[in-house]
Amino acid sequence: MNPAYRRHHPKWYRARMPIFWWFRKAAYFRFIARELTSVFVAYSSVLLLVQLRAVAAGPEALARFTAWLHLRPVVALHVVVLLALLFHTVTWLHLAPRAIVIRLGRRRVPDVAVLLGHYGAWLAASGLVVWLLRL
Amino acid sequence: MTGRRLREPGLWLLFSAGGTLAALFLPVLAAVLWVAPALGWLAAPAHDVLAAAARSVAGRLFLTGLIVLALFHWAHRFRYTLYDGLQLYHLNQLIAVLTYGVATVLSVAAGVVVWR
Amino acid sequence: MPQTVTIEIRRYRPEEEAEPTWQRYEVPFWREWMVLDALNYIKDHVDGTLSFRWSCRMGVCGSCGMMVNGNPALTCATYLETLVPGPVQVEPLRGFPVIRDLVCDLTDFITKLQRVQPWIVRETEGTPAQGEYRQTPDELAAYRPYAMCINCLLCYAACPIYELEPGFLGPAVIALAQRYNLDSRDQGREARMDVLSEHDGIWACTLVGECSTVCPKHVDPAGAIQRYKLDAAVAWVKALVLPRSGR
Ligand code: SF4
Ligand code: FES
Repeated sequence: MNPAYRRHHPKWYRARMPIFWWFRKAAYFRFIARELTSVFVAYSSVLLLVQLRAVAAGPEALARFTAWLHLRPVVALHVVVLLALLFHTVTWLHLAPRAIVIRLGRRRVPDVAVLLGHYGAWLAASGLVVWLLRL
Repeated sequence: MTGRRLREPGLWLLFSAGGTLAALFLPVLAAVLWVAPALGWLAAPAHDVLAAAARSVAGRLFLTGLIVLALFHWAHRFRYTLYDGLQLYHLNQLIAVLTYGVATVLSVAAGVVVWR
Repeated sequence: MPQTVTIEIRRYRPEEEAEPTWQRYEVPFWREWMVLDALNYIKDHVDGTLSFRWSCRMGVCGSCGMMVNGNPALTCATYLETLVPGPVQVEPLRGFPVIRDLVCDLTDFITKLQRVQPWIVRETEGTPAQGEYRQTPDELAAYRPYAMCINCLLCYAACPIYELEPGFLGPAVIALAQRYNLDSRDQGREARMDVLSEHDGIWACTLVGECSTVCPKHVDPAGAIQRYKLDAAVAWVKALVLPRSGR
């Protein structure tokens, strides 16, 4: 017998959400990983700023920055950063067709086409940067 | 609620614009500027090329847009990650002030560095 | 010859226990049996005290949603055979208060659904003599996927945000609001905007996306919410640029 129970008075059970709810399902974990790529996005913006400062300060300062880039732990960190940024890009491009509905005349442009368009834009953007930096 | 109604769409637009720019440009920049030269796959871009790109008006506009929006992308996403992921509902205000605050301060720094 | 499978059911009998407990049943089953058939077998032949909801047995009424092995599913549309080297765990839908065994209280959903006025709103109602509001097939196609919702609430059980923020309107309510927003005959967009654009409306959603994965009717509530965010943001920009235009 449950002592808290009274006849004709409903006694609902409410489950509590565990703090680490994102371990409960692979999909939730992927979600949190996707959200945490934003930390690497912020890191990249700041590092870009640091590099821009070095560029503005002249070739020696840039050489010092480049030497720092070659340190083992720094290389390892930046490989992780790059992987996280790629994860951000892929998840972001796949979510975009869900928000954007493009109509051509009376037809809705299929999601695959919107997705391909986004990948095309990514390719173009990457090509543009490589070309501008004369690599 | 009305205050929220005014703020949320704007913050979401910054978040989305930043997410898109970051998705399109950050991987290639990270690869070409930081990872590939360090691994010896590519020569690092020369100083005069970088300096010319960073000093042109188009380059400056682009860099400001990319850096500022990417920072606000982080602020928005990270705010919600802390808020939902760690269930810090009682700290809502504090988290918002910290995340958007950090993004604002760094944006000002970006303006100074890029336009100096 | 039927095979047998072990079914573990999360039971909650408020008059006897303060916390739910697991109960195991050995059940024979045939190839074509769904999880719901096993529950009905238990109810009819093993333990008549087991409580659960169902009605149509064909995936249209939306009343038999439960957690099967931790995932929200329509029990009338989940083959036992696909889960066979059991045990198969059946729990009440996550995120809702449990009344008894597998039966949840869904009042919260119904209350929120009413707030978004899920019906055709007109500024001035026509009279029957004026005839029906007409619509082309293209206009129908614009909202039709959202009209397929059967209120099974699997999407709520899949959504961590609904569990975390009890005020959140949730996936199906927003998808159903969009169903009317996108209907060419409807004029209630403005009225719904007030409810939807609160923090507890669309902005609480962080696009986990699981609602769309589990939806048995391919409603894509996550997409509905994203589209609505974009619309609301565009409306916000318009109001900034042209403060006096209409709105
Ligand atoms: S949107 Fe899909 S999962 Fe959610 S209640 Fe409707 S039919 Fe069920
Ligand atoms: S019993 Fe009707 S949907 Fe399953």
